[in-house]
Amino acid sequence: MTEVTYLEALRQGLWEEMERDDRVFILGEDIGLYGGAFKVTEGFTKRFGEQRVIDTPISEAAIVGAAAGAAHMGLRPVAEMQFIDFISCAYDMLTNYVATARYRAGLATPLVVRGPCGGYVRGGPFHSQNPEAAFFHTPGLKIVYPATARDAKGLIKAAIRDDDPVLYLEHKWLYRRVKEQLPEGEEIVTPIGEARLAREGKDLSIVTYGATLWKSLEAAEQLEQEDGVAAEVLDLRTLLPLDDAAIVRSVKKTNKVLIVHEDTRTGGVAGEITARINEQAFEWLDGPIMRVTAHDVPLPYAPTLEDFVLPQTEDIVKAARWLAAY
Amino acid sequence: MTSRPVPTTHSRPLPAGLTREQLLEIYRYLRLTRTLEERLTALYRQSKVIGGLFRSLGQEGESVASAYALERGPHRDILSPLIRNLGSMLVMGAQPLEILRQYMAKAGSPTRGRELNVHFNDLERGFLGQISHLGDMIPVMAGITLTFKLRGESRVGLVYIGDGGTSTGTFHEGLNFAAVQRCPLVVIAEYNRWAYSTPPEKQFAVKDLAEKAKGYGISAGTVDGNDVLAVYEATKAAVARARGGGGVQFIEVKTYRRKGHAEHDDQHYVPQEELDWWAKQNDPVDRYVKQLLQHEWTEERDLTEIDERVRVEIDQATDACVNEPLPQPETTLPGVYASPPAAERLWFRSL
Repeated sequence: MTEVTYLEALRQGLWEEMERDDRVFILGEDIGLYGGAFKVTEGFTKRFGEQRVIDTPISEAAIVGAAAGAAHMGLRPVAEMQFIDFISCAYDMLTNYVATARYRAGLATPLVVRGPCGGYVRGGPFHSQNPEAAFFHTPGLKIVYPATARDAKGLIKAAIRDDDPVLYLEHKWLYRRVKEQLPEGEEIVTPIGEARLAREGKDLSIVTYGATLWKSLEAAEQLEQEDGVAAEVLDLRTLLPLDDAAIVRSVKKTNKVLIVHEDTRTGGVAGEITARINEQAFEWLDGPIMRVTAHDVPLPYAPTLEDFVLPQTEDIVKAARWLAAY
Repeated sequence: MTSRPVPTTHSRPLPAGLTREQLLEIYRYLRLTRTLEERLTALYRQSKVIGGLFRSLGQEGESVASAYALERGPHRDILSPLIRNLGSMLVMGAQPLEILRQYMAKAGSPTRGRELNVHFNDLERGFLGQISHLGDMIPVMAGITLTFKLRGESRVGLVYIGDGGTSTGTFHEGLNFAAVQRCPLVVIAEYNRWAYSTPPEKQFAVKDLAEKAKGYGISAGTVDGNDVLAVYEATKAAVARARGGGGVQFIEVKTYRRKGHAEHDDQHYVPQEELDWWAKQNDPVDRYVKQLLQHEWTEERDLTEIDERVRVEIDQATDACVNEPLPQPETTLPGVYASPPAAERLWFRSL
């Protein structure tokens, strides 16, 4: 076992897939000799060469479009968005071209688009976004969002091997903050579409993903210590397709649900989860399904403002207490 | 067709390295395109065509001639056509039956009723259908030709873009990307005067589209798009340069869209005398026929024989599919993903 960070786990996963399968190549801005803005691809050019590690112009639409063309031809491109905020520049390519290709035309488009997401890092409005809701609405795409080092590795490997286009959302606040003992020499592949029970409990379910998994776990610990409330925490890991079965299983066990995400509230993933629980497990509920999310504002820069906008551990604790008492 | 001895006594040498059979084959594709579109117009008026109908009248020459300059066959060159490049798809092996079924949304169409008109593909035959977002096929074809380059394959891609399409962001990003990567890609920019109803002077501030290419470090030229042999020769040379490692090649073809954006468009914004001039003085098929006959590369009866065979082919294809069924509703659910295999059927549809 070796202790690896979330970022190192991602790097290892990417590296191992490039070693395993010479159809895999990566493209993006400054990913070559510079090694990427966060050094995820450091050393890749030296090992795999410029043919498989392609530095591109600042052209997110072209990066995704070219990846799609290469994927049609049987390659397995992994495109990096330097910050995931810039994926909106490729929105047309992803939603109109990539996502529809198999359905409308029978074209296989096995590509991965990955990039650093999320706030809590004082990045301001354009280096802190969580774009999942913009793509969650698009049939044809898959979306994964690892919260642990094991899943950072396991999901990048699964995403590269998947025959469908996958958005791999990685959280930059977790890059070096989260560490985990991972076995050496063991193949770690996290199945796409399966949630993970991160903490067992009986009093209420916290359904979450990404950085707020860790805040939810902190909150659950505090609720246990201070209130004797046993909160279950479900880490979704894949957002599209959602693991309805795991969500419903937890609802049937605890009968109360708090959905936590870092993304803004309106039109966020929590709304869809709420609707599905309503459709599939309404009679199991002992209280309203509640949400803890970011406020509906662009993410501001100043620490005082960002901390207020984003969901914090104490927000989750307060909301869970309210729901437990309902 | 039955081959006759090449008339040699009075005829001029054959042009552009083409054989007499090839000259006639080009003519056949021109005629096939025009006849097929005329048939589609008739079907449109009978409400058999489900959606819009997009004609390439007046542009068949550059579509056919540019595609004809590619290497065809399984896993050879690949082109990406636009809505007015039906001729290029036929050259690559798309069948009139497939086109008819697409327009009529038949269950047996290449996309099983999911997509319209010429929006379908066969990468083995060498055509990748467009999506409606103009410019998007440039980055995709950059990726396809990047793959040729990475694999060391001696293959070339060709992509069409309209004068209006050169205003899009994906055109710029894709062209720049392909230029930097020195992809073996030939771009045919069709200056056909109208982007729906918008004239060039409201679309861009350059005179020739070729000027735009120069901004990406791509060598570019302009040819008469209604001169079939000129387009063929220019494309042939560009394809050879791309195949030889010369990177992206850009050819602007000056042509003219003689019908409205689609069949519903009455073209009230187009001066009638302009339409008449292009129809009478600068029709690509007429010009090509005139060349073939004047230079005695062929005889009139060869052409009428082809016309007749094309007419029969289109009749047969129409008869074969016009009464075919539309797709069954529930066939809409499978194939969004490789896995899961089908979208979920909504609960109220099972009540």
